[in-house]
Amino acid sequence: MDGPFGIALGLITSADAALMQIIGLSLRVTLTAVLIACVLGLPLGAGLALARFPGRAAVIVMFNALMGLPPVVAGLLVYLLLSRSGPFGDLGLLFTPTAMVIAQTLLILPIVISLTRSVVEDLWVEYREQLRSLGAGRLRAVPTLLWDGRVSLLTGVLAGFGRASAEVGAVLIVGGNIAGHTRTMTTAITLETARGSLGLAVALGIILMALTLTLNALAWGAGQWARGRLG
Amino acid sequence: MSHTRRNTSLGFVSGLAMLAALPAAAQDFITVASTTSTENSGLFEHILPMFQDETGIEVRVVAQGTGQALETGRRGDADVVFVHARELEQAFVADGYGVQRFDVMYNDFVLVGPGDDPAGIAGAPSAAEAIGAIAGAEAPFASRGDDSGTHVAEQNLWATAWVEPSGGWYRETGSGMGPTLNTASQMNAYALTDRGTWLSFQNRGELKILFEGDEVLFNPYGVILVNPERHPHVTAEAGQIFIDWITSATGQDAIASYTLGGEQLFFPSAN
Repeated sequence: MDGPFGIALGLITSADAALMQIIGLSLRVTLTAVLIACVLGLPLGAGLALARFPGRAAVIVMFNALMGLPPVVAGLLVYLLLSRSGPFGDLGLLFTPTAMVIAQTLLILPIVISLTRSVVEDLWVEYREQLRSLGAGRLRAVPTLLWDGRVSLLTGVLAGFGRASAEVGAVLIVGGNIAGHTRTMTTAITLETARGSLGLAVALGIILMALTLTLNALAWGAGQWARGRLG
Repeated sequence: MSHTRRNTSLGFVSGLAMLAALPAAAQDFITVASTTSTENSGLFEHILPMFQDETGIEVRVVAQGTGQALETGRRGDADVVFVHARELEQAFVADGYGVQRFDVMYNDFVLVGPGDDPAGIAGAPSAAEAIGAIAGAEAPFASRGDDSGTHVAEQNLWATAWVEPSGGWYRETGSGMGPTLNTASQMNAYALTDRGTWLSFQNRGELKILFEGDEVLFNPYGVILVNPERHPHVTAEAGQIFIDWITSATGQDAIASYTLGGEQLFFPSAN
């Protein structure tokens, strides 16, 4: 039972308080970031799909490219903005969970915007005539199209969740990996690796993957349910 | 239809508000920028609960390399810096970023390397000759390469041996002490490490301590309050309480009482 799986099992069954706190914080930070990214990204993405304005292609390409924004760069950017010597230093947000939410939102937002844009654009092509005959303009069509594309959009949101829950570069810089305050699953794994406690590090990785798997299974189930019931 | 939608969006927004309600920052805490070597050794987990029990002040430690920790202090993102690179610390105070430097404790550096010691440093009369032998044999050496206190100490050591390390055998990892030891262990390379990190490090592979005990390997730690005149938001009062405590008899005893595998890691040195 000394292997990583044994350690992981031991940690889970003992409901280790420090571990529970770390898992709770990781989920809270990432889920908050996902929600904010959705609130901003779904309407923005749909708007980008339907609106026509000069420079639209450039905006689309930019958001597509930002899907590849390295977490460490996002972290550095937020660090410089929130540092006491930076423009938003007075807020005192550096090394807090809020700073981590901001950095992760920055990472997820381009994914939500780009995938929403792509899904809504396809649906608009498909349903344009129908919606027009019902008298729905582009703006009025947005909620309908988002609702229609919900199953595809869910995949995009899960991709965003995956990116945020897996990254370590951004939360390490803006959170500082402070024990009991800003330590997440990924920064804890980094720390245990640095300590040479590879078994414990892998055990934490197994727990993180189990959590991600559970959340994805729940989301998939919800998607199937929505399709069957409302489809 | 609009009714249902309104309910959905209401639930969505309130759910968002609930999730966003992250724990509000407590007032009684200070942020200490310190080094990976102290964090990795487990010292803070041992002494900080004692400090918090006595004073009610929570200490939030951000563990970085000494160079980065001082930069964090310079930018005003920490209240106290707790690092080990005396010259850089003195410059930090001289430039007005820190109030005053206090000695806290020391530990020492050791040279670790593969058990069969291909460069033959084990019997060397001094640290300079030991590290010189590594260069002479061009045996693999893993360096921090990150401007940390350990990296600065390593560079000083090369200077005393009149060696400018370069070439394929000299590998800069650009990372913390733990990751550098992980790399050294994989490459069977020599490395300079603080004893604390080494004792708590578990992935040693073939590596052993091959050279220790020279006075130049002495590694003193200092603690400095970030200057509130430069950064008015610094929690100076609580920061000073921390500095007073860690340099007091109680704090010094707490440091001395931290052992790993029966070995004391840090030695109190406050006057």
